[in-house]
Amino acid sequence: MLLAVLSGFILALFAPLLKRFLGYRAGWLLAILPASIFVYFLGQYDQVMAEHAIFEYHPWIPSLGLNLTFYLDGISLLFALLISGIGTFIMIYSGGYLKGHVHLGRFFAFMLMFMASMLGVVLSSNLMAIFIFWELTSVTSFLLIGFDHLRQASRRAALQALLVTGLGGLAMLAGFVLLGASIGNFEMADILSFGDVIKDSDLYLPILILILLGAFTKSAQFPFHFWLPNAMEAPTPVSAFLHSATMVKAGIYLMMRTYPILGDTVEWSLILGIFGGFTLLAGTFIAIRQTDLKQMLAYTTMASLGLLTMLLGAGGEGAVEGAVLYLLAHSLFKGGLFMVAGTIYHEAGTLDITKLGGLRKKMPITFFAALIAALSMGGIIPLVGFIAKESMYHALLHGDPLSFILLIVAIMGNAMMFAIGFAVALKPMLGKLGDMPKQAHEGGIMLWIGPLTLGICGLAAGLGIAYLGHTIVHSAVSAIGNENAGTELHLWGGINAPLMLSLLTMGLGGIIYYFYDKARAFADAVLNWIGWGPNKGFDQFLTLLLRIAEIITNTFQTGHLKTYMRNTFILLALVIWVPMIAYDALPDIDFASLTKPTFYEAGILLIAVLGLYAVLVAKSRLTSIVSLGILGFAVAILFMLFGAPDLSFTQFMVETLTAVILALVMTRLKLDKSDAKYGMEAIVATIVAVAVGSGFAALLLRVMQTELDMSLSDYFTKYSAAIAHGHNIVNVILVDFRALDTLGEISVVMTTGVVILALIKLKPKNHKHESQKGKNKLKETAS
Amino acid sequence: MNTIILRTIAPALTALMIIFSLFVLLRGHNEPGGGFIGGLIAASAMALYGISSGVRAVRRALYFHPVTMGGFGVLMAACSGIPSYINQVPFLSGIWWKVPLGNGDYFDLSTPMIFDIGVWFVVVGAITAIMLTLEEAD
Repeated sequence: MLLAVLSGFILALFAPLLKRFLGYRAGWLLAILPASIFVYFLGQYDQVMAEHAIFEYHPWIPSLGLNLTFYLDGISLLFALLISGIGTFIMIYSGGYLKGHVHLGRFFAFMLMFMASMLGVVLSSNLMAIFIFWELTSVTSFLLIGFDHLRQASRRAALQALLVTGLGGLAMLAGFVLLGASIGNFEMADILSFGDVIKDSDLYLPILILILLGAFTKSAQFPFHFWLPNAMEAPTPVSAFLHSATMVKAGIYLMMRTYPILGDTVEWSLILGIFGGFTLLAGTFIAIRQTDLKQMLAYTTMASLGLLTMLLGAGGEGAVEGAVLYLLAHSLFKGGLFMVAGTIYHEAGTLDITKLGGLRKKMPITFFAALIAALSMGGIIPLVGFIAKESMYHALLHGDPLSFILLIVAIMGNAMMFAIGFAVALKPMLGKLGDMPKQAHEGGIMLWIGPLTLGICGLAAGLGIAYLGHTIVHSAVSAIGNENAGTELHLWGGINAPLMLSLLTMGLGGIIYYFYDKARAFADAVLNWIGWGPNKGFDQFLTLLLRIAEIITNTFQTGHLKTYMRNTFILLALVIWVPMIAYDALPDIDFASLTKPTFYEAGILLIAVLGLYAVLVAKSRLTSIVSLGILGFAVAILFMLFGAPDLSFTQFMVETLTAVILALVMTRLKLDKSDAKYGMEAIVATIVAVAVGSGFAALLLRVMQTELDMSLSDYFTKYSAAIAHGHNIVNVILVDFRALDTLGEISVVMTTGVVILALIKLKPKNHKHESQKGKNKLKETAS
Repeated sequence: MNTIILRTIAPALTALMIIFSLFVLLRGHNEPGGGFIGGLIAASAMALYGISSGVRAVRRALYFHPVTMGGFGVLMAACSGIPSYINQVPFLSGIWWKVPLGNGDYFDLSTPMIFDIGVWFVVVGAITAIMLTLEEAD
C-alpha cells in the first residue's frame, strides 16, 4: 500500500517531463498509474473480506509516534477504488480538456499529487498521518483552484478554500490530539476497537465538535460551504475530481470512519441531522437560482454532501447503507456531469444555461453520457441512484420523529436535485440551437470516454446491485457499522412505501422542472432579499482581521527607535520585577557573610563606576559610546578574575566591535552629535533604566541564593575530554555536544547580517533612518 | 583618524591579528578560544584595516565578498555533519580521524574542528560585511 500511496507523488515529479515529450497525449500514459492502483485495490478485495481489514506498518518518525500505518477495510477500500477509478478517467480527460495549455505538465503533477494525498487520507491509520495527508489535499486543492493564477477570482477562491479547509484541518488536529490522548493511542485501527469508551468520556463533546469542524469545512457543510462554489474557478477536471467526486468526500469519510466511536449519540444525530439537512435544502435552493452549469453542479454537490451528512446523522444500519450507496452513486454521476459540463464549455465556449441549447445532434455521445448521469442523479430505475434513494427512504421511514423530519427534508432535496440534474443534462442539449460563442461539435475521445464510462458504471452498478450488495457495499457498511449488515439489496423491491416516496419525489421534481424558470426567479428573489451570506461574511472577516492587524502594527511599530527601546525595556523590567514580587522571591543576602573584595577587585569596580558616570555626563554620543566601552572592559576583567577566560575574551572583542560599529552607524545615519534628554523624557528614561538595572542585579543575586543543579556541569566536566577529546569545556559544548544549536545560531547570525546589509543599502525614502538604526542596535545586543 | 602612524602600522597589525585569530581558533578545543572569539578578532582586524586604508583595500584583500565567506561558513558547519550519516550516528556527532604526517606523528582531524572553522567564517563574514557597508560612503 505504501507504493500505491507514494507512487502518485513520485510520478508527479516526472509528469511535466512526460508532457514535454508526449504533449497532451501524456494523459493516456499517466492514467495507467491510477488504473493500476485501481486494479491493485480490486485484488486486495478477497483478503479484506476474509480478514475484515489489512494492516500495514512502515516506520517514519517512530520517536514522535508518527508512522505510515495503513489500514484497509471495507470503507477505505471503497474510497480507494473511487479515487483511483475516477482518477484514471480524470487524467485522460485533463489531457483532452487542457490540450495545448502551457502548464499542462504542471497540472498533471498537481493532479497526481492530489490523488496520492487523497489515497493517503483514506488509507492511513495513524492520526497524525491522516492529518498530514488531509492538509496535503488542501494544499494541492489550493494549487489546482489557483491554477489559472493570473485571474484575481482564481486566486481569491484558492486562498479562501485553503483558509477554510486549513482552519478546519487544524480543528481536526486538535480533535485528534484529544482523541489520541484520551485513549493513549494514535492508531485509528486500535482506537476503533475501543467502542463506546470515548462516548462515555468527558471529552466526548469537544472531540466531536473539533473533528466535525474538520469534516464540515472539508465537505462544505453550511456555514462553511461557500468555498466550494467559488472553487469552480478551477479547470473543470479539478471540479469533477476534487470538488465533487473525491476531496469533498474526505469529510464524509472522516465521519464514516469515526462513526463507530463517535456516532449514534444524541449530540451526533442532532448536529449532523440539522447541519446536513440544512445544507441539503440550502444547496438545492441556491442551485436552482444559478444559470452557470458548473455553479448549478457545485451547489448540488454541496446539497449531496449535506444529504450524506444527514444520513450519517440519522444513523442506524439502514441509513449508513443508504449513505454508502449514495456516496458511490454521487461520485459516479456527479463526476460524469462535471466532465459533461466541461466538454460543453470546451466545445460551445459558454456555461450559461440560458444561452445553451440544441447540442444533442452535435454532441451525441456527450448527450448520452449526460442523460445517463442525470437519470442516476434523479434516482430513476435501473440506475444506482435509484437504489440509493430507495435505501435511504427505507431507512428513514422506520425511525424516530427526527428521522421523519429528515425524511421530508430528503424528499424535498431529492426532488429539487431531480429537477436540477435534468436541467443540467437536458437544457443545453434539447430545444433549438442556442446562441453560443463557438461552433460546437463532439469533443475528442479523451473528452467523452470519462463521462461515458462513469455513466455506464452507474448503470451497471444499478443492474448488478444484488452482487454489489453482497460484496463491496456490504464490506463498507459493516466496516462503518462494526456489525454484520444483513439487508439484501435488490433493484426491484416490489411496490412498497419507499417506491411511493420515490414516485412522489419524481413527481415533485418533474413539476419543478416544468416551471424551472419560475422556480429560478423565485429562488433569486428570496436570496436577494436575504442578501448577506457566509461568502460575504468571509470577506468581512478578512477585512476585520487586516484592520486589527493594522491597528496593532501602528501601535507598536511607530518607526521610532526610542519607542521600541523604551517599550522593550519597560516590558523587561516588568518581566523581572512582577514575578519576583508576586512570588515573594526577593533576594535575601547576608552581606556580613560575603568575603571582602581585594584591592584590585575594588579598583576595577571603581573603573566600571567611573565609566558609567562618564556615559551619563558625556556631552556627545561618541563620548558616551566609548565610555560604555570602559564599563564593558572593566566587566570583562572581572570575568577574567573569576575564572571565565572565554567569556572575558569574547566580552573584550564584542565591546571593541560595538564601539566601532556604533560610531560607524552614527556617522552613517548623520545623527545629532548630542543625545541629551530634558524634562519628562529624562525622568522616564531614568526610571526605566534604574528599574531594569536594579531588576537584573536583584535577579542575579536571587539566582546565587538558589541551589545550583550541578549535574550538567559534572557531565560536561567528566566527558568533555573523555568523549570529545577537548579540554576547553565551553568550546566542546559549542562545537560538539550542542553543535546543532550552534548551527542554528550561526545561521541566524548570517541571516541577520544579510538583512542588515539589505537595510543599509536600501535607499531611505522618507524617515526610514530610525528603523535602520534600530536593527543595527538589535544586532549589537545580539552579538 | 587617518594619521600616518595608524596608516603605517595598521597593515602589519592586521596581519598579526589575523594570525592570532587563527591561533585562537585552532587552539580553542583545549584552551580558551574557538571559532567565535577567533572570528571576532579577525573581524576587528578587518575593521582596523578598513578604517586605516579604506574599504576598497579591504575588499581587494579579502577577494571574496564577506557575505560569501559567511555563507560558506554555514555550509561548512552543516557539511561537517555529513560524516555522521556515513557512520550512522546522530547528526553532528564528533568524529575523529588520525591523519599520519609521514614522520610517525599523527594529526587529529575531527568534524568539530571543521565545524569550528565554519563558525569562524560566519562570524568574520557577517560582521565584516556589515562594517564594510557602513564604512562605505553612499
